[in-house]
Amino acid sequence: MINLDAHAPSGPLAEKWNRHRNEMKLVNPSNKRKFKILVVGTGLAGGSAAATLAELGYNVEAFCYQDSPRRAHSIAAQGGINAAKNYQNDGDSVYRLFYDTIKGGDFRARESNVYRLAQVSNAIIDHCAAQGVPFAREYGGLLDNRSFGGAQVSRTFYARGQTGQQLLLGAYASLIRQIGRGAVKMHSRSEMQELVLVDGVARGIVTRDLVTGKIESHVGDAVVLATGGYGNLYFLSTMAAGCNVTAAYRAYKKGAAFANPCYVQIHPTCIPITGDHQSKLTLMSESLRNDGRIWVPKKVGDKRAPNDIPEDERDYYLERKYPSYGNLAPRDISSRSAKEVCDEGRGVGEAGRGVYLDFADSIKRLGVETIKERYGNLFDMYFKITAEDGYKIPMRIYPATHYTMGGLWVDYNLMSNVPGLHVIGEANFSDHGANRLGASALMQGLADGYFILPYTMGHWLATAKLPKVSTDRPEFKQAEAEVDGKVKKLLSLKGKRTVKSFHRDLGKIMWEYCGMGRNDAGLKKALELIPPLREEFWKNITVPGAGEDLNTELERAGRVADYFEFAELLVYDALERKESCGSHFREESQTSEGEAKRDDENYCHVSAWEFTGVGQRPNLHKEPLAFETVQLGQRSYK
Amino acid sequence: MNLTLHVWRQKNPQAKGQMVTYPAREISPNMSFLEMLDIVNEELVLKGEEPIAFDHDCREGICGMCSLVINGIAHGHERGTTVCQLHMRHFKDGQEITIEPWRAKPFPVLRDLIVDRSALDRIMMAGGFISVNAGGAPDANALPVPKEHAELAMDAAACIGCGACVASCKNASAMLFMSAKICQFAHLPQGQPERMDRVRKMVAAMDAEGFGNCTNQYECEAVCPKEISVRFIAEMNRDYWRAWL
Repeated sequence: MINLDAHAPSGPLAEKWNRHRNEMKLVNPSNKRKFKILVVGTGLAGGSAAATLAELGYNVEAFCYQDSPRRAHSIAAQGGINAAKNYQNDGDSVYRLFYDTIKGGDFRARESNVYRLAQVSNAIIDHCAAQGVPFAREYGGLLDNRSFGGAQVSRTFYARGQTGQQLLLGAYASLIRQIGRGAVKMHSRSEMQELVLVDGVARGIVTRDLVTGKIESHVGDAVVLATGGYGNLYFLSTMAAGCNVTAAYRAYKKGAAFANPCYVQIHPTCIPITGDHQSKLTLMSESLRNDGRIWVPKKVGDKRAPNDIPEDERDYYLERKYPSYGNLAPRDISSRSAKEVCDEGRGVGEAGRGVYLDFADSIKRLGVETIKERYGNLFDMYFKITAEDGYKIPMRIYPATHYTMGGLWVDYNLMSNVPGLHVIGEANFSDHGANRLGASALMQGLADGYFILPYTMGHWLATAKLPKVSTDRPEFKQAEAEVDGKVKKLLSLKGKRTVKSFHRDLGKIMWEYCGMGRNDAGLKKALELIPPLREEFWKNITVPGAGEDLNTELERAGRVADYFEFAELLVYDALERKESCGSHFREESQTSEGEAKRDDENYCHVSAWEFTGVGQRPNLHKEPLAFETVQLGQRSYK
Repeated sequence: MNLTLHVWRQKNPQAKGQMVTYPAREISPNMSFLEMLDIVNEELVLKGEEPIAFDHDCREGICGMCSLVINGIAHGHERGTTVCQLHMRHFKDGQEITIEPWRAKPFPVLRDLIVDRSALDRIMMAGGFISVNAGGAPDANALPVPKEHAELAMDAAACIGCGACVASCKNASAMLFMSAKICQFAHLPQGQPERMDRVRKMVAAMDAEGFGNCTNQYECEAVCPKEISVRFIAEMNRDYWRAWL
């Protein structure tokens, strides 16, 4: 039976975190080194957590599949990081950041967690500035801000268009310093394959060394998953090629509840698809929407070049539909609106799946130099991929799978329902509800890693009373044998199709039936299509090479195999949630104007799923969402 | 278009490698170089042969994982571009393309086109950080930084740590990589307390890893996908000299 007690402290919202910090048990400084913590993933959340836990004196081992912890996909975040500093004197506050985040998430996140996120946001900026992160500055030397979707204040800190890179390199610097001190043992090119429970408590992991193929067990007093999101399920996404759900999914199979998997963010400003060869989609920061205006021709099938279409024949549809937020409407709304105009036949580009993002007015107003300074690297990136000059002709954009709000269920302490298993960053479900606002992922990853987990971890270690265990235990041996069995099986199939071709087919099913718009019939269709494709995968793939080698095709096969099981879980969740909320748009549940219609009476809860067996419907558990402070309102950006 | 590839294949660090020729057929000009390799690999896998192993991850030019020498040039002939952002429209139908791994003594080949760049991490470990622990930092605006200093720091900080500078240097020097980090911090007030210590320790670490020295050929700047300027090497050398005074 799954226990979904959120352990949120009582008392007024603004005092919960302080009170909790005062009440948590501490670990004596000289005892900290006796505890070992395994941190899987070294992006913003994992990197910052591993570094900070080591700074506190714990014994840390960190794992990443890349060749260096500096390469995790947090690095690709462009636009910025939110904080409630109110440096612009525009009326921002912790409460406003909290409220915008809750509202942006369409009232499907836990109040207590989100409030805490807003509270610690300011400390993140302070710490990153102290680390030497080169944030953008005003001429007077103070920090600059820009505005982002879903907010009416300027609270986003940035470092050109490379904010994620700079924040990650900051966390990496802290981490590498601890590696140098010997406080963190780093395992690069190493992928977690299995979670190990001893007496129901997470006590270790099994990894595969991606260079030698060696399958190894690691034991710890706590396991932290910071393994990111599952957007690559859709085959085409803005994720890095290696991003995968394996670690989180393996934890789910061992009893961790998976919460809200259907909340998948489709990002509005990506570069459109050009053909079947495409391996990924490239996102351009939505900060572009600060100065770019989004439009399509008013006429269906208008094939004129964009600059030949006169002003009065253009439809600036976001400005028309949402006058107060305009081009800065939240991501889900912007994406859906783009799909709508393309479905109407007004899309642009060769395949008609694109809308214009036009900087002509801003260039007229601010000059091309200012636009270059703000977004130069994004225009360069666009030019490299499309060979078109965004300064002269409008860019073409289209939505793509980007971020996944769902993830492993965690309580207020960021611990899953499996004792000892902590989950942070994108890998957990906790803070973004049904839709994440721009510049909030970096905030959450670093909040979890620098300022929340380091406190709550102490409480776990101080109270858990863990027996000593070693990797000789049968639980470890069995997990190793399972991993070894899976590797051998994948290598033995010798079928006729590549892993990639299966992944592409699975992604097409998901995009078609469980993408931006979802309905009962389509979701049921997906549930019919996935199992036979999975069966064929397990009969007909071919993976050359050996398990004891660096084998990139084998790595891919293992990840796709888990996606094949995970896909069904996501569809079950989408089918079960018959309301529309945030990124999850059920076509049956919309207002007369075509906006998402929530059903608070029946769906104001977190859906946490319990594994029951491959191909079987998982069990649904509900954590009710109680709103003590905010009023549930219709989310309006008009 | 159709191309002929000559690719370095090497089973493991101990094995003797060799160039192997493969055709690349029906390549679209809209593909990236790595997507072209994906197609070649799909064909190899279907034939039961092991695909060409190469490092890649973000495929949007920022993670620094991809690392190929194409026709003798690290990341290929397009300026300011990583391989993953190099598109096939820059190649001609019928062209012959050689593809090799980064070649430098401190970067041993692990397999085919994948090399071990952990030496770069060890240089960072020697001093590529500001020693602050989480918690206790002063308000971020308590320490104003002149905009031009912050911009210069950011120019240096743009380094993605791919190692192209090393691969293109006849001395296999990591000085552009290292100076980027040293100068990011040297241009910020936060970096001052450890400035001299940092440059001494990082240079020593670079030497210990077997990287060479800079002899001012500037091949590194020419291939750097982020177009990091060699001015930072000059600045670092100045700091290094001052550090011993």
